Amino acid sequence: MSDTHAQSVAFMRDTMLPEAPPPESEAGVVRWIRSNLFSGWFNTILTITSLYCLYLFLAAVGPWLVNGVWDAADIRECREKLQGATGGCFAVIAERWPQMIFGFKYPSEIYWRPAVAFILLLVAIAPVLFSKVFPARMLYFSALYPFLAYYLIWGGTILIPVIALLGFAVGYFVYARQVYRSFAVGLFGGIAAAVATWFIGGFITAALPEFLALREVASRDIGGFMLNLILGTVCVSLSLPLGILLALGRQSEMPVVKGICVVFIEFIRGVPLITLLFVANVVLAYFLPPGTNFDLIVRVIIMITMFASAYIAEVIRGGLAALPKGQYEAANALGLDYPQAMRLIILPQALKISIPGIVNVAVGLFKDTTLVSIISMFDLVGMVRGPILSSSDWNGVYWELFGFAGLLFFVVCYGISQYSQWLERQLRTDHR
Amino acid sequence: MKKTVFLGALTISGLLAGAAAAATLDDVKARGKLNCGVTTGLTGFSEPDASGRWEGLDAAVCRAVAAAVLSDADAVEFVPLTAKTRFTSLASGEIDMMARVTTWTLSRDTDLKFDFVGINYYDGQGFIVPKALGVTSAKDLDGATVCIQTGTTTELNLADFFRANNISYEPVPVETDDEAAQQYLAGACDTYTTDASGLAATRAGFPTPADHVVLPEIISKEPLGPLVRHGDNDWADIVRWSLNALIAAEEYGVTQANVEDKAASSGTNPEVNRLLGTEGELGAMMGLDKDWAKRAIAASGNYGEIFERNLGVNTPIGLARGLNAQWTNGGLLYSPPFR
Amino acid sequence: MLLSDTRYRSYTFQFIALLCLIAAVAFLARNLMNNLEAAGLNISYSFLNSASGYDINQRPIAYDSQSTHLRAAIVGILNTLIVAVLACVTATFLGVAAGVLRLSNNWIVARLMAIYVEAFRNIPVLIWILIIFSILTMSLPAPNAFRGDDATSSMLFRAFAFTNRGIYTPLPIMGPGGWLVAGVFVASLIGIWLFRKWATKKLFDEGRMIATFWPSVALFFIPALIAFFVLGMPITLDYPALKGFNFQGGLQIRGSLIALWLALSVYTGAFIAENVRAGIQAVSVGQSEAAASLGLRPRRIMNLVVLPQALRVIIPPLVSQYLNITKNSSLAIAVGYMDITGTLGGITLNQTGRAIECVLLLMAFYLVISLSISTVMNLYNNAIKLRER
Repeated sequence: MSDTHAQSVAFMRDTMLPEAPPPESEAGVVRWIRSNLFSGWFNTILTITSLYCLYLFLAAVGPWLVNGVWDAADIRECREKLQGATGGCFAVIAERWPQMIFGFKYPSEIYWRPAVAFILLLVAIAPVLFSKVFPARMLYFSALYPFLAYYLIWGGTILIPVIALLGFAVGYFVYARQVYRSFAVGLFGGIAAAVATWFIGGFITAALPEFLALREVASRDIGGFMLNLILGTVCVSLSLPLGILLALGRQSEMPVVKGICVVFIEFIRGVPLITLLFVANVVLAYFLPPGTNFDLIVRVIIMITMFASAYIAEVIRGGLAALPKGQYEAANALGLDYPQAMRLIILPQALKISIPGIVNVAVGLFKDTTLVSIISMFDLVGMVRGPILSSSDWNGVYWELFGFAGLLFFVVCYGISQYSQWLERQLRTDHR
Repeated sequence: MKKTVFLGALTISGLLAGAAAAATLDDVKARGKLNCGVTTGLTGFSEPDASGRWEGLDAAVCRAVAAAVLSDADAVEFVPLTAKTRFTSLASGEIDMMARVTTWTLSRDTDLKFDFVGINYYDGQGFIVPKALGVTSAKDLDGATVCIQTGTTTELNLADFFRANNISYEPVPVETDDEAAQQYLAGACDTYTTDASGLAATRAGFPTPADHVVLPEIISKEPLGPLVRHGDNDWADIVRWSLNALIAAEEYGVTQANVEDKAASSGTNPEVNRLLGTEGELGAMMGLDKDWAKRAIAASGNYGEIFERNLGVNTPIGLARGLNAQWTNGGLLYSPPFR
Repeated sequence: MLLSDTRYRSYTFQFIALLCLIAAVAFLARNLMNNLEAAGLNISYSFLNSASGYDINQRPIAYDSQSTHLRAAIVGILNTLIVAVLACVTATFLGVAAGVLRLSNNWIVARLMAIYVEAFRNIPVLIWILIIFSILTMSLPAPNAFRGDDATSSMLFRAFAFTNRGIYTPLPIMGPGGWLVAGVFVASLIGIWLFRKWATKKLFDEGRMIATFWPSVALFFIPALIAFFVLGMPITLDYPALKGFNFQGGLQIRGSLIALWLALSVYTGAFIAENVRAGIQAVSVGQSEAAASLGLRPRRIMNLVVLPQALRVIIPPLVSQYLNITKNSSLAIAVGYMDITGTLGGITLNQTGRAIECVLLLMAFYLVISLSISTVMNLYNNAIKLRER
């Protein structure tokens, strides 16, 4: 072809041009900005509006953070130091953070005990959360942890947690020895052995109340963010087994069992948590034998656990329903009985599917522990609303306090939800 | 898993408590602590100080009872209660007695099944307003926004007062005294109403107390007193006479300082002798030893001393004795005779 | 043994379960009886018919301190429903907007929405309620600031006053014929809906596209305006004015209502945004690609292909969010909003001391609401179930 045009075309390039960069407007930052921020009139408006909002936000928060006063005895001194400039009065956090974390009545010289308990909590849940990274042997520590934490936080003689642990150990031992006969024999034998141990142990603790005793702290004196964490972890861990039982009960073919579970779950899910806390606070005592006296914190734990277990049951039911029917049939075909099939085949898979949902419930529950402030318990929110905001020193410093409280919750909840997303990716066995 | 620990502990305590009879006095003795319901914090009546020790008129009554029963004025577990939780706590047995600025009314005494054992403060409901508002009488409050602690008799008195005077108002319900003070200071309500003593205490906590005035009208009678559950008369007697001992001690000049001396040997006044156990067997009639009243008085002094220390003119609250003076000084305090 | 015989095992087990249940209920009931007897109390609902003796600030129906506790409870129920409905509406708008914008190509908008969702989802709603309430009561001016010549605050457009006792807005007053105008307005709303339905039908049946936007706008405004002027302007506005201690007249939206309403909206909105995003992402990319290859424009792809399929995924969790709003509205008690928890579960409970009865009634109310919403939900789910052939 080139021959034919050789005369009619004045110039023809015979070498390749070097590769040129794309035009300025189609490359790099400019292109990115154009396509991501200004790709049309609507997008442009959106971008400008959001930039303006962002500016307003930063203009308000920036000076407030930068000018913040960290060292003042009360709000008046804070305002004096600021001299009318915008600025946060973070001195309140600097002064009152132990109260916000531990509550205002936990003895300050033993703050190290809950602090150690918290650090150990991280050690204890690490092998549960990241089973691939940490050796399985650490799970033994996780099993020991609740007793250790009780001893550290509440104090008292070491015999109480030791005997509680012993009860579990004896129960498990009996269960392991008897389970070959039948699951039911093992289970009930184990429970009976555990209760017997606790009963006998009760006399020992009553006789030796000072044996290796740490200074005792009443439940009433526990408060602040520590209370939220305790309520959150205790209630979630207690409600998991309960939730599994409820979910299995709801799936069961036995109408009576199913009926009980359905009524329980729907009832709990139908009422707000605050009404259940009212029950814990003002009504529950009427339903207990005369003379028994639970701490308010125990009553609250009972009600929140019931609340959480109903939600977890629904999540796990979803997991059970999502399992292919073949799994149930295969378990039957192997000749496994119901407990075996559930323990070995169904639940491991169903629970795996339900993990994201369970984590969601856990996060929601952790946030809901702030509701205890309404029944006059001094959790983090209760501390802020009550003793701190009402003290004449800090009356009127609400942004800093609520901001700090929100930040603590945000860190924990965001962390958990990021973990759940990570876990979901890890557990995803299909290929996309 | 902590639940099981608690349940274990519960069985233990249940076993111990189960052996004892149901009488409150025996429960308290077995426990070694008096569970006493107080406010969540009201200066002058019951409020934890900086070191967490509960102080105030009501707290002192709790201490006196603990001292009389358990020989230890500090064997008190103070249970802070909101207006909402107080009655159920007492009814359900969570606390043994309550000294929580609670007004003695017929329905509480009968329908709610409590026994008021006496009156430790004669109060009445008043209003506090900012001076700048220029209000001089509660009857000028037509159309005002009123902060009011819910669940108290003041709420009902308020409705009655405004209805009787045919003027309107807007109630802003709040849970605690602290929140009420916050809202009032922020101007979210024009006036805050509660017991006059509470107003004085609240005002004392303001940054500039002088900018606020308590209006002259007292719109209700609020006899505040300790109360116990209905039905355990022996226990009610102990609380009643512990309170009376404090009042009588002031009348007869028994103070925290001289109570030991006076109790060491019988003196000239037979009433004091009977009170302090140097004469007669009054303690035994209640199931206590003879030194019970001495310990109750030694705990925080007689009524007058307690009053002056917590509410009196030399405190920031600065209340005069008024109705709460001894009957000999024109007040209403009048202890029945110890005989 | 009966437990090892498979024929009877299920019956034996159920029998044991039933026995345990009966034993547990009997145990609790016996304790209740004993405790009540020991305290000399009884269970009785007669207190509902006695005069309540307290006043409520927000009264949708006539109520004063001489009304019964029952009527106070009804006032509370209405207040619960008011805040729940308001919050459901705003939360839906917020949530849908945030959910769609989070998927937007606009980098900064998508990031901002992600921050919104994460920030609000991970902080307890109670904290949000308290923050907003604190801002309203502490930082807005008191009505006093509007007074006099040297007033430090002034009303917006002479019609809106933002005070720490709430926001005062003009209130429409219906003169004679006012309701007729309102009726015309409602009728034109129905008209818009019918018109859009008809247009969609035309599009599906005949493939004819009918512009709907401007006719809808016209229908929205014109008939009501015509009626308004023809009938001689029967609707007037009652403006709030500072009289005595407070603003009088107009409509007062109290700080407690605003705090609760806003907090529930932004909090639940974040959850709804996630539902919406998940719903849109659940529609496989192939669907939009197929629609695009048919030559549909992006907006039409959204309206005709993606949204109808996404709604199937979005609506069930959306309804459970509405349920959550209703249940969370019980946090009203933290800011003194007089909902059912504040009246029946708060003041009535305190004044009468009838804790068991009040808490039971309170639970029954929420249970009825929850169960009726989930019944409606089940009906809807059955109606939209994909017909499998």
